[in-house]
Amino acid sequence: MYLGRVVGRVWATVKNANLTGQRLLIVQPVTPELKDKGRPIICTDWTGAGAGELIYWTRAREASFAFLPDEVVTDATIVGIVDAIRVKREAHRGDGGSG
Amino acid sequence: MILARVVGTVVATRKDPRLEGKKLLVLKPISPDGKEEAGYVVAVDTVGAGFRETVIAVSGSSARMAEGCRDRPVDTAIVGIVDTVSLDRRE
Repeated sequence: MYLGRVVGRVWATVKNANLTGQRLLIVQPVTPELKDKGRPIICTDWTGAGAGELIYWTRAREASFAFLPDEVVTDATIVGIVDAIRVKREAHRGDGGSG
Repeated sequence: MILARVVGTVVATRKDPRLEGKKLLVLKPISPDGKEEAGYVVAVDTVGAGFRETVIAVSGSSARMAEGCRDRPVDTAIVGIVDTVSLDRRE
């Protein structure tokens, strides 16, 4: 799974029937340090995440599993809303410990 | 999924028979604020998208879940025509 932040939303009336009723949110992938990383993508949303929320999403075919038994055509689904992130940065000997 | 703009069509008479009757469109990925991004992709159109329209494209094996794409050699499919894109203002 990947970290991301909800930064917008997309509306589409003409779409595949199994996308009806699905919220399509724009997600900006972020690093554990919450820095933007890579291109924004469009996710279906299983959690009801709101604008600006920190989330994590699942990619590829597994993204549709969140909706089983319904078959929803998606390759990225928000499956969790993040409460907290703790990242322990080990200082490596000899690399100056930077970054 | 990605946002993309329809920029062309592909016509192929000699192709995998399971692609018969499928419209193939050339897509240019775009960012939510409409800027064109690198690369192109050929996608099966399942919603009747027109030239220059902004669409939603699904990739990978999920694309075979698009309407009419089950068990077909498809890894990118257009599954929606975008009405509105709204981006939250970033501080």
